[in-house]
Amino acid sequence: MSEAVSFLNGAEATHNGVTVRDAGPVGMVTLRGDLSAAKLKTAVKKITGQPVPGVRKSTVTGGKGACWMSPDELLIVVPHAEAAAAVAELESALAGGHFMAVNVSDARACLTLSGGVAAREVLAKIAPVDLSTAAFGAGDFRRTRMAQVAGAFWLDDAETFHVVCFRSVGHYVFGLLENGAKAGPVGVLA
Amino acid sequence: MLILECPCCGVKSEETEFHAGGEAHLKRFGPGSTDAEFEGYLFMRENKRGVHFERWRHVNGCGKWFLAARDTNTLEFFGFYPAQTHEPPQDIKDKISAKHPGWSWREFQ
Ligand SMILES: [Zn+2]
Repeated sequence: MSEAVSFLNGAEATHNGVTVRDAGPVGMVTLRGDLSAAKLKTAVKKITGQPVPGVRKSTVTGGKGACWMSPDELLIVVPHAEAAAAVAELESALAGGHFMAVNVSDARACLTLSGGVAAREVLAKIAPVDLSTAAFGAGDFRRTRMAQVAGAFWLDDAETFHVVCFRSVGHYVFGLLENGAKAGPVGVLA
Repeated sequence: MLILECPCCGVKSEETEFHAGGEAHLKRFGPGSTDAEFEGYLFMRENKRGVHFERWRHVNGCGKWFLAARDTNTLEFFGFYPAQTHEPPQDIKDKISAKHPGWSWREFQ
């Protein structure tokens, strides 16, 4: 077995109080199916310890949970080594029904962005999303455009953003966030 | 800048998070249709200044297709509704009528 290495191998950068970090290998499983089905709810609860998230919400805490991707899709987040087991669990729990569970851990890159209101501004520079504290709080999840690529992020209880994008554009997104931090605060969200 | 609201996930955002997918409510003419009907289905599109119905996709979001009614002149949207809808919902037609009494678009009015 080869050792899993994340897209920038743990790189980190801090400018003006905002820290961008390669979050390291994260286990991610795309699950498509009927999100209201009892079997699916039970399986998600068993794997993540949390109920199915509400519309545009994330339940990820301590590296485990799920994010609402679309009316028929969840992104299950688990430790990297547990992704294959999560797929196996979903496949046995949902067998016979119409669903899809795929391990996408190595297709994606995960970053974290922290620094309070300044971090919100860095993200607001590159995504068409209202990131004021009133509009976007802990547990909120959003799929959107980040400059020229698709991306998604959620905010945890510690005011840290968890950003997900395709691994092939991970370096680009890291650069976007780092440059946004370097440029300093704008002051609109302060 | 157009501001859209996706009826599938509820996100309200500007147009760069979405992608336009051409005219809505196209009626398919395939095998057995006349040449004129087939040509109309393939090539003939509305190009009005005013009330228009379009398909849009929330491409950088939930990924779903939906339909929208808007004014191509003012860039105002009248409403958004599911892709699985055969004609514009009555509440959206009423909103259009309030601003454009007597409007029509293809077979709808
Ligand atoms: Zn949407």
